Amino acid sequence: MAWLVVRLAITVSLLYTASAVFEDQVGKFDWRQQFIGKVRFALFDTHSQASKKLLVATDKNVFASLNSRTGDLFWRHVDKTGPEGHIDALLMYGQDAVVVVGNGRLLRSWETTVGGLKWEAVLDTGSFQAAALVGVQDFVKYVAVLKKSAISLHDLSSGSQIWVENLPDSDTVQYQTIYSGGNGLVFVLGFVPNSHIVIVEYKIEDGEIMKKKSVEAAWMSSLENSCAVISSGILLCVDQITQSLYTLPLQSAEQTEMRQIHLQTLDLEVASGFPPVLTSTQPNPAQPPLAEFFLQLSPDHHILLQLKDGLIAPLRDFNPSYLAAFATSGEKTVAAVMSPKNDTACSINLFSADTGRRHLDTTIIYHMDPNGGKPNRLYVHAFLKKDDSVGYRVMVQTEDLTLTFLQQPGRVVWMREEALADVVTMEMVDLPLTGTQAELEGEFGKKADGLLPMVLKRLSSQFILLQAWMAHLWKLFYDARKPRSSVKNEVTIDTLSRDEFNLQKMMVMVTASGKLFGIDSKSGTILWKQYLENIQPNSIFKLIVQRTTAHFPHPPQCTLLIKDKDTGLGSLYVFNPIFGKKSHISVPALPRPVLQTLLLPVIDQDYAKVLLLIDDQYKVTAFPSTKNVLQQLQDTASSIFFYLVDTSQGKLSGFRLRMDLSTELIWEVVIPTEVQKIVAVKGKRANEHVHSQGRVMGDRSVLYKYLNPNLLAVITESTDTHQERSFVGIFLIDGVTGRIVHEAVQRKARGPVHFVHSENWVVYVYWNSKFRRNEFSVLELFEGAELYNSTVFSSLDRPHPPQVLQQSYIFPAPISTLEATLTEKGITSRHLLVGLPSGNILSLPKMFLDPRRPEVVSEQSREENLIPYAPEMPIRTEWFINYNQTVSRVRGIYTAPSGLESTCLVVAYGLDIYQTRVFPSKQFDVLKDDYDYVLISSVLFGLFFATMISKRLAEVKLLNRAWR
Amino acid sequence: MATIRPLSLILSVLSIITLLWPQSGECNNGRRVGEAVDTDFSGFSVPLEHSFEVDDVPRFHLRGALQFRGGRENSVYLSQNQLSEKDRNILKEVAAVDGLYRIRVPRVSLQVDRQTERQSEGYLTAFVRACSLVESHLSDVITLHTDVSGYVIGISIVTIPGSCRGIEVEDEVDLEVFNTTISVVAPVTAPAPETAPYIERMEQEMEKKGKNPQEQKSFFAKYWMYIVPLVLFLMMSGAQDQSGGGAGGGAANGGGR
Repeated sequence: MAWLVVRLAITVSLLYTASAVFEDQVGKFDWRQQFIGKVRFALFDTHSQASKKLLVATDKNVFASLNSRTGDLFWRHVDKTGPEGHIDALLMYGQDAVVVVGNGRLLRSWETTVGGLKWEAVLDTGSFQAAALVGVQDFVKYVAVLKKSAISLHDLSSGSQIWVENLPDSDTVQYQTIYSGGNGLVFVLGFVPNSHIVIVEYKIEDGEIMKKKSVEAAWMSSLENSCAVISSGILLCVDQITQSLYTLPLQSAEQTEMRQIHLQTLDLEVASGFPPVLTSTQPNPAQPPLAEFFLQLSPDHHILLQLKDGLIAPLRDFNPSYLAAFATSGEKTVAAVMSPKNDTACSINLFSADTGRRHLDTTIIYHMDPNGGKPNRLYVHAFLKKDDSVGYRVMVQTEDLTLTFLQQPGRVVWMREEALADVVTMEMVDLPLTGTQAELEGEFGKKADGLLPMVLKRLSSQFILLQAWMAHLWKLFYDARKPRSSVKNEVTIDTLSRDEFNLQKMMVMVTASGKLFGIDSKSGTILWKQYLENIQPNSIFKLIVQRTTAHFPHPPQCTLLIKDKDTGLGSLYVFNPIFGKKSHISVPALPRPVLQTLLLPVIDQDYAKVLLLIDDQYKVTAFPSTKNVLQQLQDTASSIFFYLVDTSQGKLSGFRLRMDLSTELIWEVVIPTEVQKIVAVKGKRANEHVHSQGRVMGDRSVLYKYLNPNLLAVITESTDTHQERSFVGIFLIDGVTGRIVHEAVQRKARGPVHFVHSENWVVYVYWNSKFRRNEFSVLELFEGAELYNSTVFSSLDRPHPPQVLQQSYIFPAPISTLEATLTEKGITSRHLLVGLPSGNILSLPKMFLDPRRPEVVSEQSREENLIPYAPEMPIRTEWFINYNQTVSRVRGIYTAPSGLESTCLVVAYGLDIYQTRVFPSKQFDVLKDDYDYVLISSVLFGLFFATMISKRLAEVKLLNRAWR
Repeated sequence: MATIRPLSLILSVLSIITLLWPQSGECNNGRRVGEAVDTDFSGFSVPLEHSFEVDDVPRFHLRGALQFRGGRENSVYLSQNQLSEKDRNILKEVAAVDGLYRIRVPRVSLQVDRQTERQSEGYLTAFVRACSLVESHLSDVITLHTDVSGYVIGISIVTIPGSCRGIEVEDEVDLEVFNTTISVVAPVTAPAPETAPYIERMEQEMEKKGKNPQEQKSFFAKYWMYIVPLVLFLMMSGAQDQSGGGAGGGAANGGGR
C-alpha cells in the first residue's frame, strides 16, 4: 500500500514530464526498418502457384517469411543470439517448415502462413550434422536428424520421436550425410579420413540396421560438398587430387569398390587449389533425386552432367558462369545459370535439367552495382505459366549482403540491404545548403574585387533569392490544392538540401560487412551505398567527421579508420558523406598498428579538422599533413595531450606531443590486473554544450558544476566473480594530468556495465549479484559554491578536487544500451535513452537520476524541484519513444542535435533501425501542429478592423458634437 | 647519449639488486620478516623521485622517502630534503621555459601482509608545470591512490595555487623547502539503493496519517459547506453571465491543486 501511495505521489508530481506520441503522430517523424541478416537458407513456397512466401533463415538467428512480390516481411522470429539460437537447417514440405536450432538442440515446425509454432521437440545432445525429410510411398511423413553419434526419426505432423539409434563406431567414423529415396530406407553416410566410407542402412519403421558396409576410399578428406547422391541412390564423389569422379550404388551388395571415372575422359579439369563442388537436386524427398547434377570446377566454371546407364555424360558446359542452381515446378526441373555478360552485368538463363537445352526468352539481365560486391548465392523460384512453360524469378545475394529479387527481363522487383542488420557505428552529417543559400554564402566567402562588381553581385544574388522565393510560394500554393497523400515528394541525392530547422540529416552508417550507407534521416531512404572490399570480418571501425557541411564550397569530409583486430594495422578511407564518393585526397600510409586517434580542433586551410594517429611506437601521424597543419601543430604541440589504455596490463598512460611529432610519456596509472580489469573508458562527446554552469539551490546560492572536458570515466570489473566479493570500479581520471579525480567501488556488483558520461555526471548500470537485479547509479561532480577560475577551464590549473555526490536506484528491467539526449545549446533538460532487450527505448528523465534527491522533503528541496528519493526507478509505457515499433537486439543508440533547441534526433540500431525525434522538455520553441492559424489571424484582423471602424465612428461623433 | 646509456644500465642493475634484496631475505626467514615489521610498527618506506630538466628528458633523482605506517588508516609521512642551490637554479630555468616537474613512485602495495609481493615492476608518474611549482613557493599536494586491495595505482600532484602568472620569485628562501601535503586515498564505497530507510519512512508516514483521520479528508469534504452555497449563488446569478462562471470554475481548479 505504501508503495502504491508513493508511486501515485510521484506520478502526480511528475505529470508535467509525461510525454508520449499521439496516435496521429505515428510515423510522422519516425520510421523503422526491419532486417534479417545474411541469408543462409532460402526456400520458395512452391506449394501453390499463387504463393508469395519466401522462407529465409539467416546467420543472425532469424527465421522469417518474406513477401516475394514486395520484399516486405510477413513475419519474423528472432531467436537467441550466439550458438544457442543458431539455425542449423531449414526444410520445407507443404505448409510446414522444419527448423533445427542450436546445434541440433531443438527441432521446430512452423506453420508458414502466419508463422505460428506447430510443435517443438527437444533433441538429445550431440553436435548436429545433417537433417533430411524422409518419405514413404510418395508421401513425406518423417524428418531425420543426424547427430555426431546418433540418428533420430521424428514424425512430421506431431514432432514425436519415432526412434533414435546410436551410430556404429561413431568415435572413429565421421557421419555427415543422410539420404532417403522414399523406398523405406534411410542411409547414413560417414567416412574415416583417407581410409574408407561407411554406409549404414536403417529401416524407417523401427530403426533397425539393415546393412552396414564400408568401401575403400583412400582419397577422401570430406563428404560435404564433394559428394552427392544422384539418380536411384548412387553416391557420387569428386576428388581434386586424383582428378576423378567416383560412383557407388548405395544398395548394391556386389560392388565393394567405388568406380573411378577420370575427369580427363570427359575432357574436364579441376582448377588448382579449388575444391570442386557437386550439386544435385531431389525435387521430392519421397522420390530419388535426378540423374543430372552440376559440377563446379573453378570459381567461374560449372558443368551440367548426367548419369545414364552407369555412364557420365556432359550435357552442357557453362564457361564462364558464376552461379548455378536447380529449381522445380510441378514435374519440371530447370537449372538457372548466371554468366557474365559484360563488366557491369550478368545474364541469367534457364536450361532444362534433363537435356541441358536452353529455354527460349528466359534471359534475366542482372546489373551489378558498381559500388557493391559480387553475387555469391542464387535462389531460383520456378513456376509454370499458363501455357505450361516454365517461368522463373531469381533472388541474388551478393558479398555485401544485398538481396535482389529479379524477374524477366531483368526488372528489379525489390531489394533489401541486409548489411544494415549489423551497423557498427554511425554519424549524422548536416545536409548541404540549397543552391541559393550556397550562392549567398559564396558571395561573402569570396574576396572583394571592386565596388561595382560587388554591387552587381549582390543584386544578382538578391534577384536569385527572390526568384527562389517566388518558386517556393508557387509550389506551396500548388501543393495546397492537391490532396495531401499525393504531395509526397521523393528524396533523391539531387534534391537534398537542409531544411529550415536542420531536422533532416544524412545518416552515415558503417556496417560490419564493410558496406557504408548514406541514409536520409527523414524518410529512411538509402541515398548512397559503398562496399569496401577486402575488409577482415573482425575489423574495428571508427568514423570521424573531419569537415562538416558548414564550409562551402569545400565538400564535407568523413574519414573511416578500419583496423584489423588481430594485427592492429589500420587503413583510412576518406569520402564525402553526402554523396558517398571517395575523396581523392592522398591518405597517409599506416605501416604500424594504430593505438589511438585524436581529432583536434585545429583546422587546416581547407577547414578540415586535423586527425592525429598514434602508432605503437608512440609516433604521431597527422592527417591532413600539409605544411600549414604541421606549422600549427608545432605551435600548439605543448598543449596537445592524449592518453592510451592498455587493458591487458591495466595501464593508462598520458602523453604530450612534441614539436617534432614524437611524444613523451608524462603520466602513468596502473590498475593491477590481478584484482580488476578495465572494461571501458569513455570521455565526453566533443559536440556537447552545457548551458548552465551551476545549479541554483533552494536558498538561492549556486552550486557550480565541475565541467572538465578532459575527464575520462574508467570502468573496471573485478576478476573475482564470487557474488559476495565481485565489484565494479569507477575511476574518474583527468586525461591531461592523469589525476584520479574520483575513485569508487560498487560492491557486490558485476557487469555488463553500460554507462554514459556527460556534462558533470556519469550514469552507469550494473548487475547487483547479491539481490539479483539491475541497478542504476549516478555520480555528479560539483566544484562547490565558488568557481576556481570562471573564465577558462584548464586541467593543469584546477587544484581542488571536486565534490562528488552519488546515489543508486533499482531498475526493474535488464538493459541493452544506454545513451543521453543531446541538443544544440544544452538548454533543454537531458533524458537518458535506455534500450531494453524487449526492443523498447525508454526515455528516462535525468531528474530521476539526481544524487541530490532528498530522503526527506524540505522546503528547499521543493523549491529546487527535486523529486523525493525512491529506491525504485519507474518505467512508464508513455516513456517508450518507439511505442510499438520495437527495435530487435538494440545494440546502440545515436543522438544528434537538430537546429531546434528542443529537438534531439535519435537513431537506435541493432537488427532493426529506428529513427525518431525526442523533445525532452517538450516542444517549447515550436507551435503545435494543430495550432489554429485561422482563428488567431481572423481575431487579429477583426480587432484591427473594429478599431478602424470605431475610430472613424468616434471621429464622426466628435465632429458632429463640435458642430452642435 | 653515450653517457646516458651506461648510467641507465647502472640504474637498472641497481634496481634489480634492490628488487632482489627483500626477496632473498624472505627466502631465508619465511614469514618472520613480515611479522617483525608488523610489530615494529615502522611500516616501510618507498622513495619518491622527481625530475626537472631543461631539455625535458626525465632523469629522476631522489626527492624524499614516503613512509607508510601499517594499520587501519593508511597514514603516510614524507621526509624530504631541501632543494640544493643547483636544483633551485635548474628549477627556475625549467619554469622559465615552461617545462615539467615530474614525480614518480614505484608500484607498491600498502597492505602489510602482502610484503612479499609488495613491489612490482614499473613506476607511477605524474607531473605539474614547473612554473606553477615555483610560483606556489613549492607548496604542493601529493595524493596516492590505492585500489581496493591496497595497491598504489596512481599518484597525483597539484600545487596551490595552480596557476602560472609569470610572477618572478626573487626570494631564494621560498624555493628551499617543500611545503607538501601528502595523503593516501582509498576508493570510496558507492552507495547501493536505500530500500530499508525508505520503507521505514513510508510506514511512519502511513502511521501518522492513520492517527489523525481528520487530515485524510479531501478538499471537498472539508469545505463543502462553503462551496455549495457559492456554487448555488453562482448558478442563480450567473444565468446571464457565462464567462463569470467559467472564471470561477478555473479558480476552483487552481485551489484544488
